[in-house]
Amino acid sequence: MTTLRIIGGHLVDPAAGVDAPKDLLIEDGRVTQVAEPGALPALNHAETIDATGCHVLPGLIDTHAHLREPGQEHKETVAGAGRQAAMGGITHLFSMPNTDPVCDSVAVCEHITTLAARAGTVRVLPVGALTRNMENKVLSEMGELARSGVPALADAWTPIESSQMFRRALEYAKGVGLPVITVPQDLGLSADGVMHEGAVSTRLGLPGIPAASEEISVSRAIALAELTGCPLHVAPITTAGSVRMVRNARNRGVTVSAGTAPHYLHLTDEAVEGYPTACKVYPPLRPRADVEALRAALADGTVSVLSSCHAPHADYEKAVEFNQAPFGMAALSTALSLTLALVKEGVLPLSDAVTRWTAGPRQVFDLSCGTLAVGAVADFTLVDLAADWQVTHDAVGGRTHGTPWLHQTLSGRVIRTALGGTTVYPHPTDASTYKGAA
Amino acid sequence: MSPSATPTGSTPETTTPRFGKHLLSLRDLSADTITALLNTADGFLEIGTRTVKKVPALRGKTVVNLFFEPSTRTRTSFELAAKRLSADVLNITVAASSVVKGETLTDTARTIEAMNTDTVVIRHAAAGAPQLLAETLNSHVINAGDGAHEHPTQGLLDLFTIRRAKGRIEGLNVVIVGDITHSRVARSGLIGLTKLGAHVRLVAPPTMIPSGIEKLSEGPGDVTVGYDLDAALKGADVIMPLRLQLERQGAPLFPGKREYATLYGINRERMAAAAEGAIVMHPGPINRGVEIAHDVADSDQSTILSQVTHGVAVRMAVLYHYSAGQGAAA
Repeated sequence: MTTLRIIGGHLVDPAAGVDAPKDLLIEDGRVTQVAEPGALPALNHAETIDATGCHVLPGLIDTHAHLREPGQEHKETVAGAGRQAAMGGITHLFSMPNTDPVCDSVAVCEHITTLAARAGTVRVLPVGALTRNMENKVLSEMGELARSGVPALADAWTPIESSQMFRRALEYAKGVGLPVITVPQDLGLSADGVMHEGAVSTRLGLPGIPAASEEISVSRAIALAELTGCPLHVAPITTAGSVRMVRNARNRGVTVSAGTAPHYLHLTDEAVEGYPTACKVYPPLRPRADVEALRAALADGTVSVLSSCHAPHADYEKAVEFNQAPFGMAALSTALSLTLALVKEGVLPLSDAVTRWTAGPRQVFDLSCGTLAVGAVADFTLVDLAADWQVTHDAVGGRTHGTPWLHQTLSGRVIRTALGGTTVYPHPTDASTYKGAA
Repeated sequence: MSPSATPTGSTPETTTPRFGKHLLSLRDLSADTITALLNTADGFLEIGTRTVKKVPALRGKTVVNLFFEPSTRTRTSFELAAKRLSADVLNITVAASSVVKGETLTDTARTIEAMNTDTVVIRHAAAGAPQLLAETLNSHVINAGDGAHEHPTQGLLDLFTIRRAKGRIEGLNVVIVGDITHSRVARSGLIGLTKLGAHVRLVAPPTMIPSGIEKLSEGPGDVTVGYDLDAALKGADVIMPLRLQLERQGAPLFPGKREYATLYGINRERMAAAAEGAIVMHPGPINRGVEIAHDVADSDQSTILSQVTHGVAVRMAVLYHYSAGQGAAA
């Protein structure tokens, strides 16, 4: 029996309603005591982590990441993503189903979880495709997928254009008890657009994607959630109009929730000036007014879930003309620090910020993780809010065009990430990256 | 986020011209720098009328015309400009996009630069391609048109033509009519004209006016946007119809060329509303009877052919400043 004590830290566990200095006892990978500071017995056989000066958080749940494996290992791998996730305090990754082959069967799901178990750095929960091969013609075997433990079904990147097909998918998903994640996009309006349509796209001469492309899709999603009663998670949303519609729908009791990613809360479409392909993302970066509306929605809970929207590509794929570069940035290692930056700016309190990564997704997707209450699996992260770190190539999978924050200094440094009480970051075999205080 | 260096806003009156290493956008140039380029072009214009049309200014320099889009006018203009300055010129036309070809833009450019080139003139369908090249290469990079972004040398030659015809830019009323959304000529023109103090009137159906175009104005000039050509033509000193891309006909942008000519075609009756001595410009090639009527195109008011002549002088000035080294001719 292995025993671990974490003492001297400040525990923020919104699901358990805790935001106070606490010591934790972990036995055999589970939390067995949450005690007042200094109240844990001194155990000779226990390893002790001194978390003085650090915040102890349940491991972050990232409900939107593209791990690219199987099929596009030149972009990313499960192991590589797991490593970046652990650096960013993330312990659970929802992998989007647009792999090759598509994650529309138990076999592919199990392949991905096997890869994750082998890597051992993060728990991966494969999200199933809504339709077979994501072709939007035939429903996937949702019942089988549900039994194999997928947390949700998604349409990521290939929106179901037929509202009737989407409706049937939602109805069927509801029957097997799975929530649905939809990335809002009206393909007709987004067309050949590569950034937000507005003064900046006009100045840069780049084809634009109007906010209405997202908003029409959000509007349809809300209407169909209302029609079917299927729990529908719309993410990422990025515009003031989407925020208004989601807020209104939630107030009326529609089974809809919304998420977004930290980069949408920091960057505006002005970031595309100079054509940096790291800033080519879908949905596109929006103007200041949308960012402000999104921040307000994050603060008031209209946006109840944050995710990384990690959508990495190989450097050579991004080192091209802006309109030829694929959409997406590498975002796992920076997501937590960018969230904490919002706390620093006074957008929302720390406990709410942690909620968006733990209790929020826990509730939306009915998960058992995202808490460090007694009995919970000890997936946790230690963060030193006052410490800075520099975003290195290593933090974004060795990419130069992976993130707009490369070489920049962010605050909120992850000191340690653990799965079931076992440290996975700093990586056990890579002591050189570990110079933390813990 | 720190966007790349993009000097914007008006420049104090008495700055020395700052050309920078590359010519990517007229946004990067101050009014004084633009004026300095036009002054240099004034001097070069005469060379084209000599018996021996050549000066040794760029002897020993290598200029590469790297064209990823079909172009006759702009490429030959650059080629002639470089040759009249005694540079060695290499023309490379890449028919297929880099994606089809299997080699990336930066790889193509690096390959060419490995032959020790001094200046790369690039035309590309993708906005921002010249910027990507500038970040990759040691050579000077000159934008010869990138997607719907900019066409700075066209903008300069238009300014040059207006200045020679009207004696000034400041205070003139300039109408630009046509598909502004897809036009790099309109963007560079708008930026240059407003920097030098013109009043620009953009006219097109709303489907051809991009969101926030008026924000491209850098002052001291200004921009207004309208849908009614006849209203815009009142008192206009310069009228600049854009080439209608007929392949867009029937797409949601406009019903067809017949209606377009009715609403937005420049013809003799319409020109009556313009100011005394107004000129009509066109970047070419023209669609006779569509955006410009036959009789207007061939009238004394038309500057279409002198624009071509001026284009060579302006590109000589540009190559001179962006090949010989910064400030060489300031």
